[in-house]
Amino acid sequence: MTMEGWLLILAFTGLLIALAKPVGLWLFALYEGRSTPLHRLLGPVERGFYRLSGIDPEEEQGWRRYAVHMLIFNAVLMLFTYALLRLQGVLPLNPSGHEGTSAHLAFNTAISFTTNTNWQSYAGESTLSNLSQMLGLAIHNFLSAATGIALAFALFRGFARRSAATIGNFWADCTRVTLYLLLPLCVVVALFYIASGVPQTLAGSVDVTTLEGVKQTLALGPVAGQEAIKMLGTNGGGFFNANSAHPFENPTALTNFVQMLSILLIGAGLTFTFGKAVGNSRQGWAILAAMMILFLAGATITYWQEAAGNPVLHDLGVAGGNMEGKEVRFGIAASALFSVVTTAASCGGVNAMHDSFTAIGGLVPLFNMQLGEVVIGGVGAGIYGFLLFAILAVFVAGLMVGRTPEYVGKKIESREVKLAVLAIAVLPLVILGFTALASVLPAGLAGPLNKGPHGFSEILYAFTSAVANNGSAFAGLSANTPFYNGLLGVAMWIGRFFIIVPMLAIAGSLAAKKYTPETAGSFPTTGPLWTGLLVGIILILGGLTFLPGLALGPVADHLAMIHGQLF
Amino acid sequence: MNKDLLTSLRPAFVMTLLFALLLGIVYPLALTGIGQALFPYQANGSLVREGERIIGSAVAGQAFTSDRYFNTRPSAAGGGYDGLASSGSNLGPTSRALADRVKGDVEKWQAVAPGRPVPPDLVTSSASGLDPHISPEAAFYQADRVARARRLDPATVRALVEDGIERPLLGFLGEPRVNLLDLNRRLDALRAKPVT
Repeated sequence: MTMEGWLLILAFTGLLIALAKPVGLWLFALYEGRSTPLHRLLGPVERGFYRLSGIDPEEEQGWRRYAVHMLIFNAVLMLFTYALLRLQGVLPLNPSGHEGTSAHLAFNTAISFTTNTNWQSYAGESTLSNLSQMLGLAIHNFLSAATGIALAFALFRGFARRSAATIGNFWADCTRVTLYLLLPLCVVVALFYIASGVPQTLAGSVDVTTLEGVKQTLALGPVAGQEAIKMLGTNGGGFFNANSAHPFENPTALTNFVQMLSILLIGAGLTFTFGKAVGNSRQGWAILAAMMILFLAGATITYWQEAAGNPVLHDLGVAGGNMEGKEVRFGIAASALFSVVTTAASCGGVNAMHDSFTAIGGLVPLFNMQLGEVVIGGVGAGIYGFLLFAILAVFVAGLMVGRTPEYVGKKIESREVKLAVLAIAVLPLVILGFTALASVLPAGLAGPLNKGPHGFSEILYAFTSAVANNGSAFAGLSANTPFYNGLLGVAMWIGRFFIIVPMLAIAGSLAAKKYTPETAGSFPTTGPLWTGLLVGIILILGGLTFLPGLALGPVADHLAMIHGQLF
Repeated sequence: MNKDLLTSLRPAFVMTLLFALLLGIVYPLALTGIGQALFPYQANGSLVREGERIIGSAVAGQAFTSDRYFNTRPSAAGGGYDGLASSGSNLGPTSRALADRVKGDVEKWQAVAPGRPVPPDLVTSSASGLDPHISPEAAFYQADRVARARRLDPATVRALVEDGIERPLLGFLGEPRVNLLDLNRRLDALRAKPVT
């Protein structure tokens, strides 16, 4: 570990916290439906969209209608991409002449991008046309992110409103977030990427003759635009197979820094928005503090392990840290930090191959996802996931002091706690269930590249990534098979919508409640005690469930690694 | 429930089409237009030309394997530095395949510079398989061999590496590194001088 490495981690964390407030305030304006300076430019587009689709943005929706409209929109979007991927061979903007994809790959990919997962069973440069990338995938990068933020707004309204029957209008939330936040931010960031060396062209590839006289064909495409939203929307699906490790996706240390910041920017901002929405900014800061504790702990462990390196290679005379699967321009610190950032959020973009991390270095990204990606988390999904844990935390606090728990002025009663448990239980149930299935069926066992415990880790990582809607991989797993494409597709769908629907039900039930003013007997949900309780609940609930699985995978791998046992 | 479903259909379909048009067509095409106008070199892959011939990209790496050039890292992209198949090896820390590969490469390099520990990046494959850089240590490690193969003064070659080192931005963003296409081109530009 170096001074420069620590400086990077601290500078990143500091800048992220500094940006949380301005971004959060901007989001708060959109949450309230207030006008922003961008409305003059894009207002006509917004109104045109409403008029053509017959939407009244002022019409308030109850939680059921909000949920149904969101679900149907997502289903239509998914079918749209499925059709596009199947038909890309006969559609335009296909300079490299890629065929339509197989049915199971299109199924997996359409779900993957709809659910903000961006798990990729394919290699972009050898599978997808430019049209599929732009129209089929990038559109989800925007709209799955906008859906997530809209859902967070709906839950915020549940806490903020009093005796109300409605939680906002899905179409208005989704459209405003896309037009006034994601799109303008992406244009700025994409232009920066282009200036830094990320291609943005409709050409498919270019042939070069190298200095040694060999022909090399470099895949190109409209990369920069996709790269911008891939990070800001915590999607993570790379234009190329190597994702943000590819020099065309992430050419410099500065683009790398901007990408990491992009991943967590909106999620961090939303904690501040939450505080504003419930009328007490300290509520938001308490959440961000709990998140940052978990974040820094993860970053420290991964950086330490990767810098310490692999003893197996040390024995072969290779001194120093673990550089397998890492790029020289990023080095160990920026690769370790990126891996923690991308799994703290539900991004899943990678600038290094997690599969080749040391055992414990790779355990941290895996564990981050198993905690439910609530450490900042995906845009929208992170904060609503975190608030589910907050509900459980006040419930536990309430049990300890023997009072009905309250959170930000709302009584938390049995209905909310049951729904929160339902949403949170989905994660371990599906991850462990499907991992167990894949670990015994021949079709599942055919997947892993690595042998021994690391092979099991590849399977566990895949289902964790799918259910948590992350999308990163221990990419040695051969996942482009009917078995994995099918099962992972189902896992992603459950991981997204089986959490969202109970969460919206909680929003509806909270909105209907009246305001309960804080009294001397209320458990304070600001300050260090609360932050500590949150961290504890997340670690206990998220952690204990997965310890046996982790012991079989990364922990066994670590023990083998330090004893030089190879597989 | 049924009413919710019915009222959702028109907005769901129309919004899908409108957003597809805006985000899937207008946004990338407008960006392509602006990018091509403002940054034509970068937007097309930062291609490096010698006369009419395109010899590579300043951003993405290409393979260098001969003794006359500073060599690249091992690559898992296709058969090595395949620009259509970016990939890491994905071999885990306890992989025998990884240990065997590294062992072979270490033996190869130690024959070049006996007794000196091999810099880690020189025997590990990058994440993309298209890494354009190596560390300054990995470049210095090879300098004497390149000098021998080209009958150059080793000090000249070392000075060339020294000149080619890119430093971290602000002291902490990125790692010290050497771009191999750039370094090897400057190597080609040197006139062969007899060894002193």
